Amino acid sequence: MRLWLNKQRNLLDFSLSSLSRRRGKTLGMLAVYTSIVFLLASVMLFSHAIRREAATVLAKSPEVLVQRMVAGRHDLIPARHLDAIKGIRGVQSAEGRLWGYLFDPAAVANYTLMVPTNPRIEPGKVVIGDGVVRARSADPGDLMSFRAHDGSLVQFKVDHTISRDSALVSADLFLVAEEDFRRLFGIAPGLFTDLAVSVRNPREVIKIAEKIDAALPDTRIILRDEILRTYESVFDWREGMLLVLLAGSILAFAIFSWEKASGLSAEERREIGILKAVGWETGDVIRLKMLEGLVVSLSAFLVGYLLAYAHVFHFGAGLFEPVLKGWAVLYPKYKLTPFVDELQVATLFFFTVFPYTIATVVPIWRAAIVDPDTVMR
Amino acid sequence: MIHLSDVRKAFNQGKANEFWALKGIDLSVPAGKVTVFRGPSGSGKTTLLTLVGCLARPTSGRVRLKDRDISGLPERFLTDIRRSTFGFVFQQFNLLKGISALENVMIPAYPLGHDRKDLSRRAHGLMESLDIGAKAQSMAEWLSGGEAQRVAIARALINDPEVVIADEPTANLDSERSRQFLGIVETLKASGKTVLMTSHDPLVCDTAVVDHVVTLHDGQLVDSGA
Repeated sequence: MRLWLNKQRNLLDFSLSSLSRRRGKTLGMLAVYTSIVFLLASVMLFSHAIRREAATVLAKSPEVLVQRMVAGRHDLIPARHLDAIKGIRGVQSAEGRLWGYLFDPAAVANYTLMVPTNPRIEPGKVVIGDGVVRARSADPGDLMSFRAHDGSLVQFKVDHTISRDSALVSADLFLVAEEDFRRLFGIAPGLFTDLAVSVRNPREVIKIAEKIDAALPDTRIILRDEILRTYESVFDWREGMLLVLLAGSILAFAIFSWEKASGLSAEERREIGILKAVGWETGDVIRLKMLEGLVVSLSAFLVGYLLAYAHVFHFGAGLFEPVLKGWAVLYPKYKLTPFVDELQVATLFFFTVFPYTIATVVPIWRAAIVDPDTVMR
Repeated sequence: MIHLSDVRKAFNQGKANEFWALKGIDLSVPAGKVTVFRGPSGSGKTTLLTLVGCLARPTSGRVRLKDRDISGLPERFLTDIRRSTFGFVFQQFNLLKGISALENVMIPAYPLGHDRKDLSRRAHGLMESLDIGAKAQSMAEWLSGGEAQRVAIARALINDPEVVIADEPTANLDSERSRQFLGIVETLKASGKTVLMTSHDPLVCDTAVVDHVVTLHDGQLVDSGA
């Protein structure tokens, strides 16, 4: 065992010194390799973390949403539908929600207006998200005015702002009182944007949705799981699009690494001949070269992954922000909760380290089975 | 110690450019002696050395090392014998560039799994004994011809082989360096090692330290030196 360990240590030492004497080639390879791992890992870490973030946020949202449809379009829903829903067994609570979008010409941005039920907001006051704060340079106490549906002016006083920690979902939020919302958009009392339904037993969600659908034929039912799936597919699509864009560079790397790893120079062939002549077995030579390949690919993988981790979780994924986050004007500023998926790491490891090591070993094996007497000729 | 009977070696056998480098060699190499294979270029002396040193296998015939037939052994066993029994000094020295002279000396011992400190101590000792201790940390490519050869000799001795094989050892050295090399050969012989060399340098063939001169021509033995 001790001999075996010493042998591995000697081989590792020698492989390190072999790499250092081909410093230019090694460093070049390491730099390109690290950047590819960095790019791939950044995309993977970011999209995975943001999907989890969305799932976490949605976990607190109601299980079922009911929207009224008129001629295939979403329309305001009357409050009487609430009574019909509350009458269905298994429904824990149901309440009307008021929300919509407001274009602010001054900031050239759209805000998401909502009426929170808890805590309630006093009429004439507004609570704004971090994106709105930045877009309008607004501070608590400032006044903001908007034109209502009938052209009259509606004024809000900024009560307070929402913490940046929740910016992923609150950057463009504009929370107002119910009276102000109705006045701004001309929505009569007794009408809501949609209805939020909570279900007592999560396993009954689909059954209750079917009952609501049967009781209120002019509505559409949206389940929380469906929203989650939509988010997933949006981020999957974005991740896929970015990976397609990166495919060119990945292919270039594959060709580059194959060329570098598989092409044995005359000098390297001569060295293999010398090693065999002085008593190295074919297996020893292959092990040495595999170690060289592993040192390069493992270092690149670790450095690339750590850089990607820092890029995504400490520097807000600056490189991919416009593509992966996808907000139009009010980009949220937030830090994602660090999350690493073992399967994802294993996949990335397998597709980067493994091919390179194989690319290194094949030509070495071919060279290493040559008779050692070639160095004498 | 080493016996060859009817040894033949062909290159590119069965092809249009088939060439027989050795055509039936019968020879005995005694242990503890210095034997030189002499002959013009293409006479087969280097090929003979590769067969004796387990670097290659004969096409036909037998090579026996201490009464063990090694001519048909698979590559792995040959490597094992080569590593434990033979030390090689190549004509071009064949040192690896970009690493130190000391590391070059230690290379043959790496796969044996010796402790690195012991190995380094032994390599230093060998280099000191060959008068190149001061060059231990020099890169191989910085060494002069004579220094490079002595590093190659130290490398050949690192696994303490019974037989030292040197291919045209004085071909790249001036007369003074050649004489120094023969001095080293004398020391090796005195320590009980068998030395096999190829050379057509009269300085080597005619020196007193050489016990046998085997002459080859066109792949055949002209004079077995017995």
